[in-house]
Amino acid sequence: MGDKRSRSFYVLAAFFAAYVLFLYGPMIAIYILSFQGPDGGLTFPMNGVSLVWFGKVFAGAGIVDIGAAFKRSLKLGLVVMVLTVVLSVSAGMAFRKSFRGATFLFYVAIASLIMPSIITSLGIALEFRLLDDFIIKSGAEGWTTAMGLFTSGLGAHLTWTLPFGLLIMFAIFNRFDGRLEEAARDLGATPWQTFRHVVLPIILPSVVGIGLFGFTLSWDELARSSQAIGSVNTLPLELQGLTTTVTKPDIYALGTLTSAVSFLVIFSALIVILVLQARQRRHGSDAGKGMV
Amino acid sequence: MLQDRKSFVAWLQAAPMMLIFALFFMLPLVFVTIVSAWDYNEYEMLPALSLRGYTDTFEGCIAELPGLCTILKTYLKTLKLCLLTWVLTLLIGFTVAYFLAFHVRSKTWQIVLSLLCTIPFWTSNVIRMIAWIPLLGRNGLVNKGLQGSGLIQQPLEWLLFSEFSVVLALVHLFTFFMVVPIFNSMIRIDKRLIEAAYDAGATGWQTLVNIIIPLAKPGIVIGSIFVITIVMGDFVTIGVMGGQQIASAGKIIEARLNALQFPAAAANAVILLGITIMIISALTRIVDIRKEL
Repeated sequence: MGDKRSRSFYVLAAFFAAYVLFLYGPMIAIYILSFQGPDGGLTFPMNGVSLVWFGKVFAGAGIVDIGAAFKRSLKLGLVVMVLTVVLSVSAGMAFRKSFRGATFLFYVAIASLIMPSIITSLGIALEFRLLDDFIIKSGAEGWTTAMGLFTSGLGAHLTWTLPFGLLIMFAIFNRFDGRLEEAARDLGATPWQTFRHVVLPIILPSVVGIGLFGFTLSWDELARSSQAIGSVNTLPLELQGLTTTVTKPDIYALGTLTSAVSFLVIFSALIVILVLQARQRRHGSDAGKGMV
Repeated sequence: MLQDRKSFVAWLQAAPMMLIFALFFMLPLVFVTIVSAWDYNEYEMLPALSLRGYTDTFEGCIAELPGLCTILKTYLKTLKLCLLTWVLTLLIGFTVAYFLAFHVRSKTWQIVLSLLCTIPFWTSNVIRMIAWIPLLGRNGLVNKGLQGSGLIQQPLEWLLFSEFSVVLALVHLFTFFMVVPIFNSMIRIDKRLIEAAYDAGATGWQTLVNIIIPLAKPGIVIGSIFVITIVMGDFVTIGVMGGQQIASAGKIIEARLNALQFPAAAANAVILLGITIMIISALTRIVDIRKEL
């Protein structure tokens, strides 16, 4: 490959540009349409510009209780995020040493990742149904169900986020210099001190990345929640329900809002990652400075 | 002694994740298998061995021979949608990854352009699906544009709520799952190999077929597994973009569940799982995934 751009470069660049346009075109269309005037419909042309449909979403008029679903999704996303980070980092550390069942756990995580979501979802629903039947049979008065946002729903989301977390940990530790830990040990650090002051500060930017993955995967999760969440719905489930009933641009306004939340979360996470990396570069490593 | 302690600590560290997978993944799969062989009535599942879930699923299949019964047609349709999506995502994904890996020379630009492809993923799948409605609908931009330019007189009805829109949305949603692993494989190809091929007189096409594709094979296989398993089990995209009119394997399970016929839903899940496992094991014969991490 010489310095001059070949003809194939321009062909491929055009292809790439077309792909990007294909990715963005539809979404930009709905972001624009969510600012449709009060008399506007689901398609172009715009009939004036207004914030009317956003108002409708906040007022909850005509559609289900979006505010509650929003809060539920947010809460679940945060819990999933924390658990994904803690369990992934812990398991990632384990995979650096050898332990019985390491290969098995790896294949289970991969299987969970590629299992068609509807099957996982159905399985969890069945599991909880059988559990409920069992509890009722053993004589619990007035028992309804163990299913819920933070039992079956949380479990369903974790089967989706944990494999991603684990794979990211593999990627991190593939590039990790083990001599840093040896040095810490030689200086008399306990395993916990080594982790806390040496390993964690170095992997922290990527760990923030895992949290980001955990939250956004949960925030948008639909297929696995569909049967496993119990009687309440998360935001994506409400949205899916709305696609068949709503014929007004308020659904686009809702789409614009949920996207805005994702963007906000991701940009904050990216900023945190950049700040952490900049600090690492400035101080070499801030290990031992006391703050994480 | 020390070694034992170390591996015990490691085991403890991995245990919480193992526990989650055991409780919410492995055990549920066991229940799916067991319940698929249970009996049921209109209200509940009955824990007695029965293959009704399976026989109901294939009801009338033998009588209808040589014609295809509903369930077989549905599976064939699912496979067809899956195949179309797979071919398109592979072609597009490979080309995009190739461009990013070999034609974009600076690392910064590679990161910027990959980020550009990632940003749409920050919008929920459902939103990205319904985003096609203002474009493809009866009064959508595409129809208006075509009518305006005089190419068609009547709006095209097959643009939305059709197999076309389903495949379009699936490609839109999942091509990136091809790009990432293929790009990852390509970026590890030693550039000197390609130079050597050129020096030895290979054409661009020969280099692509004999060097790049074989070396990018792991990425291609991993991306394919992602896309195929997602599409085989999908019921949301096919539901929304098919206007709830197109049957698929995933939708059968969902419909059975909504009718509270758990053993029948489980039987269909077992069948779907079997097909998916067959496809994946065929793919993993080509490449050892573990080695590629």
